[in-house]
Amino acid sequence: MKDLRDNFRLYLLCIALSLRGQMQYRASFFLYSLGQFVAIGIEFIGLWALFHRFGNLKGWTLAEVALLYGMANVAFSIADTFGRGFDTFSGLVKNGEFDRLLTRPRPTTLMVAAREFPAMRIGRLLQGAIVLVWAAIALQVHWTIPKIFLLVGAIIGGACTFIGLFVLQATLCFWTIESLEIVNAVTYGGTLTAQYPMTIYRPWFRYFFTFVIPLACLNYIPVSALLDRQATLGVPEAFPYFAPFIGVLFLLMSLRVWKFGERKYCSTGS
Amino acid sequence: MTLPVVYCLPVPQIIVENLVKTYQVAERPIGVLGGLKALAWPRYKTVTALEGVSFSLESGELVGYIGPNGAGKSTTVKALTGILVPDSGRVEVMGRIPWKERVAHVARIGVVFGQRSQLWWDLPTIESFDLLKEIYKTPTPKYVQTRDELVDRLSLSELLNVPVRQLSLGQRMRCELAASLLHSPDILFLDEPTIGLDAVSKLAVRDFMRVLNRERGVTVILTTHDMDDIEALCSRVILIAGGKILSDGSLSSLRAQVTQERWLIVDLEEQSAPPCGQDFEIVSQQGDRFTLRYQPAQTDTAGLIGRIAAQCSVRDLRVEEPPIEEIIARLYGGAGK
Repeated sequence: MKDLRDNFRLYLLCIALSLRGQMQYRASFFLYSLGQFVAIGIEFIGLWALFHRFGNLKGWTLAEVALLYGMANVAFSIADTFGRGFDTFSGLVKNGEFDRLLTRPRPTTLMVAAREFPAMRIGRLLQGAIVLVWAAIALQVHWTIPKIFLLVGAIIGGACTFIGLFVLQATLCFWTIESLEIVNAVTYGGTLTAQYPMTIYRPWFRYFFTFVIPLACLNYIPVSALLDRQATLGVPEAFPYFAPFIGVLFLLMSLRVWKFGERKYCSTGS
Repeated sequence: MTLPVVYCLPVPQIIVENLVKTYQVAERPIGVLGGLKALAWPRYKTVTALEGVSFSLESGELVGYIGPNGAGKSTTVKALTGILVPDSGRVEVMGRIPWKERVAHVARIGVVFGQRSQLWWDLPTIESFDLLKEIYKTPTPKYVQTRDELVDRLSLSELLNVPVRQLSLGQRMRCELAASLLHSPDILFLDEPTIGLDAVSKLAVRDFMRVLNRERGVTVILTTHDMDDIEALCSRVILIAGGKILSDGSLSSLRAQVTQERWLIVDLEEQSAPPCGQDFEIVSQQGDRFTLRYQPAQTDTAGLIGRIAAQCSVRDLRVEEPPIEEIIARLYGGAGK
């Protein structure tokens, strides 16, 4: 327990230092944040134009899809901020910097995660949050405590799932050295997928994103419950409330796999 | 009352026994077809990096670990620092197996990679130091004392508030040394610490290492290609080539193992005849300077000097041992990689 607290303290300290470092390039920081905000904003305008033309998507209105969209983007940008170190991990293995981390008396996961904290991702977070708030107002969601739990839990669980994916992607580097771009298909592609109701996809695709990579559990299913819609994936009624734990579990499992990869790395060398 | 007398046999601080490490290297055939074939049926070649390396170090030694590129130096260092798990053999450092108790082990060692910085690029040096204090969980009073001492010894006070990216290579290396010692490790691994440094910085780094070893009793393991480092610092040199230890001992015994020869360096007057004789060889001639090589066991030094002085008009002369680079080059060559 004391170890956990110590590690958390160190993590916060690294983030604070990283922020200070980034603030040395203040103009670049604001421009990048603005760029992210605008780029993702334009994407949403595209979505709006689509709905303006076609009305709805399998019975889902723009505001409802906007809720999915906002949640997916908020969760992803949180994950991208906290898990960036894993996303760029292949560089560490390639230039041997990972060996240096192994000479530190702390868990490697902590040292890797604490290396990068790109606060400029705040642009994307802000844009997702704005869409989310707009959708909630437009839909006149009647907020009760269970519903707030659904929303917050789904975002946290979603962020954990994305971080877990980054960790798995990084773990592959222990074998391949190179970063496998194919994993981006499930991280960046996953965000895109989660922005739309799962019912529009083919079953195999739906099952993949529900049971293999549990993104649907953390977006489509809780949002359906939030909107008092029947989630057509055939899950029990109480299931959405367990969704956040699935995300946390996914992350813990990924960290386990990481441990295994690290041992493998140490016995093969580079 | 008499207390029972307990005899403790000194246990070496570092024990390496029969260390073996092989790597699987994927063979990459040439051409598109070959590339496809490699993708479908990858073929691996086994490369042996260490073939049964053994040595032990006592606490407080300052050892040079040298060898040509690819000899197995860094593999050994990686096994000692807990980064790499060997195939077989025993490694024990301060009673621990490095890769089994990595966290406890690395808390007691310091590592400097000459080519890779451990300091945070955008931050002033002092903030990197403070972060290292947190990473190693050093208690504040101890940290402050150690830091101030290092700052003083390495004259860093001017550099502490400068972002690392603005430091010169020599300044940065001094900061690196301090950074690796903030947690008062018992053993310091130095990998090419003087690479690329100017003469003044090299001397500063060497002086510091000497002091560190003598006064604080820190065991230092130095891998380097710079033979001046070795000559200036190391009482013991371990030479590895082709994954095997070729020699382990003092620098003079290393010399003796290769050759007993001496070099006679003679500066002649301009119109002098060149030296000639049966019992020496001319190594080089630069202008009026002749370097002769002879075996003192067969040729009497005083006699040789006398003959050359009679034969030619000598301005100046001196007798030297062959430079250490020469010795090492011959050893490497003899290793027949």
